[in-house]
Amino acid sequence: MSGRRDGEPTMAEITFVEAVREALIEEMERDPAVFCLGEDIGVYGGAFKATEGLQARFGEQRIIDTPVSEAAIVGAAAGAAHYGMRPVCEMQFIDFMSNAYDMLTNYVATARYRAFLPCPIVVRGPSGGYVRGGPFHSQNPEAAFLHTPGLKIVYPATAEDAKGLLKASIRDDDPVLFFEHKYLYRRIRGTMPEGDHVVPLGKARIAREGGDLSIITYAAMVWKALEAAEQLEREDDLSVEVIDLRTLLPLDDDAIVATVRKTNRALVVHEDTVTGGIAGEITARINELCFEWLDAPVRRVAARILSCRRRRTSCAPVAGSPHIEGDEEQPWRGLM
Amino acid sequence: MTSPAPGPHPPLERDQMLALYRWMRLTRTLEERLTALYRQTKVVGGLFRSLGQEACAVGSAFALERRDVMAPLIRNLGSMLVKGAEPVEILRQYMAKGDSPTRGRELNIHFGDVVERNFIGQISHLGDMVPVMAGVTLTFRMRGEDRVGLVYVGDGATSTGAFHEGVNFAAVQRCPLVVVIENNGYAYSTPTSRQCAAERLIDKARGYGVFGMRADGNDVLEVYRATRDAVERARGGGGVSMLEFMTYRRKGHAEHDSQSYVPDGEVERWERTNDPIDRYARRLIVEFGFPTADVGAIDDEVRLTVDAATEIAEQSPVCDGPDALRGVYADPPEMPVLWFRGNAPSAVEQHERPAGWGTHDG
Repeated sequence: MSGRRDGEPTMAEITFVEAVREALIEEMERDPAVFCLGEDIGVYGGAFKATEGLQARFGEQRIIDTPVSEAAIVGAAAGAAHYGMRPVCEMQFIDFMSNAYDMLTNYVATARYRAFLPCPIVVRGPSGGYVRGGPFHSQNPEAAFLHTPGLKIVYPATAEDAKGLLKASIRDDDPVLFFEHKYLYRRIRGTMPEGDHVVPLGKARIAREGGDLSIITYAAMVWKALEAAEQLEREDDLSVEVIDLRTLLPLDDDAIVATVRKTNRALVVHEDTVTGGIAGEITARINELCFEWLDAPVRRVAARILSCRRRRTSCAPVAGSPHIEGDEEQPWRGLM
Repeated sequence: MTSPAPGPHPPLERDQMLALYRWMRLTRTLEERLTALYRQTKVVGGLFRSLGQEACAVGSAFALERRDVMAPLIRNLGSMLVKGAEPVEILRQYMAKGDSPTRGRELNIHFGDVVERNFIGQISHLGDMVPVMAGVTLTFRMRGEDRVGLVYVGDGATSTGAFHEGVNFAAVQRCPLVVVIENNGYAYSTPTSRQCAAERLIDKARGYGVFGMRADGNDVLEVYRATRDAVERARGGGGVSMLEFMTYRRKGHAEHDSQSYVPDGEVERWERTNDPIDRYARRLIVEFGFPTADVGAIDDEVRLTVDAATEIAEQSPVCDGPDALRGVYADPPEMPVLWFRGNAPSAVEQHERPAGWGTHDG
């Protein structure tokens, strides 16, 4: 289940964004409590067309165009969830999730613990860089929510996972932030497994087997890591294992420990900025859980502490050491 | 914006009129008991009084049916009692007891019940309950349920983004929602004149295209009638109504607050001339002909009720430590215990490499 990233698409393959749409359609057909709300998701079908055709199919009551009000979208979803619904909120760009930060961290995340309120909502939307989106349409704010107890964070890399994890997120009884890397939307394709394809939350995936080094990463960087792994094998005869975390909260500690025990070296990679990023948490866990299995310090490759820039390499992982070779101007050279 | 005119209500039954008095008296007596417990250091955290605002809370909640949903604020103890919260629950919450509704996770009146009594546990971030209630009432509209919602905000919360987003969202979606602004003159120490440049807070209603009305918040019957109209408008498909009830906060923000910012004589003037319970008791006796003894009997019964509840709450157990690990998530339902005692193996024993690997081979 590695997904395809080159060549002609076959009939059975669908894109990442189509996989998202399939998940929404299947879950809305399966459960009348599921509905979507967000900006321009109805007639227009969403900024990236993730909900294209859904309003015609399910009606205005279940595909709701909202005012430009992220806090109200998330707050209303929470209220609906308290009374039996399973709302799926779309953030037009995941950057705008910051407008609902209070609602997510103070209200939604604490609802179950402080007041035993059911709050099964999904907040999903396009994230990440590489599409010339500029500083406010390219961000990866997942780390801002990592230390909020009560939330779950999912960030798929493949089309198959986009569908299977979104279906699992909608069915999950906890609030889930679901990040969809917009660079992958139409560049990554996959063949959906038959039947009810649900991928459990909290389980990482080995994207590539290897024995010399583990690259632990997620989302679009999985593909970058696979490219690096191939290059290292070709040029240096190194066997690199790539772990696709899939879910960032909760982290799959077992998978992280297993790969470190196997290769004894870990490199943690993400597109988000390095300081306070998820790589720091993963590094700490490796130290706490399997330090004695390491042959070298854990290293991070992540973006420098810079705001995303309006250029092709916005948010590219250019900082950190050791440095993965790459052309900054064409970071996806030959990749997808 | 025109809204369907609500029909005339049947007059309140005599027992309902006494019930309004009882809920206000219970609110005040319970808060007075909490003040005593606070001074005995038995209350954990702050104590937030609604002295002088009892008519606002009680009269509005009295207009709701049990199936209707309410989101209270910190000064809506009276609303919660009307909606079915028990005095012993309130006392246990304030004392952070293990058998309190939130099992010590939250304090004061921050708790709810969305299964039977239908009120939602608030958070401290003002205005946030408005979008939440927009979603609750959107759900009722979507499912065609004959239920409405009521959300309280204070004068301060009308300045928040969440208030604006929530009211606007509910208005556009024509949610069956009543937004009650309790204008008590102060947000902590900030007077309403420093909160908003509009002449009246209710002027905001026009901007959202919703029905708006201002009323005397210290007249429990007027509060009830205004809310009842708004509730029926919502139930009839008329969408959002906004009500501004003029009242006065006679205590500080919380019990610690000396109200040094309040002009001399202001509190005393309201107490002397515009106490909602005194006003209503007088009307019951003078205007509606209730015997003075009937009103006095309620005061006595309420005191006994609060005494009995206090007795029970004081004997309630403290919180169970491991319970704090439960309920952060539905899945997993419980967090693992992370401390080790006795013969638990050390981290090194658990994770030690095979002999000869050079790290812990001693």
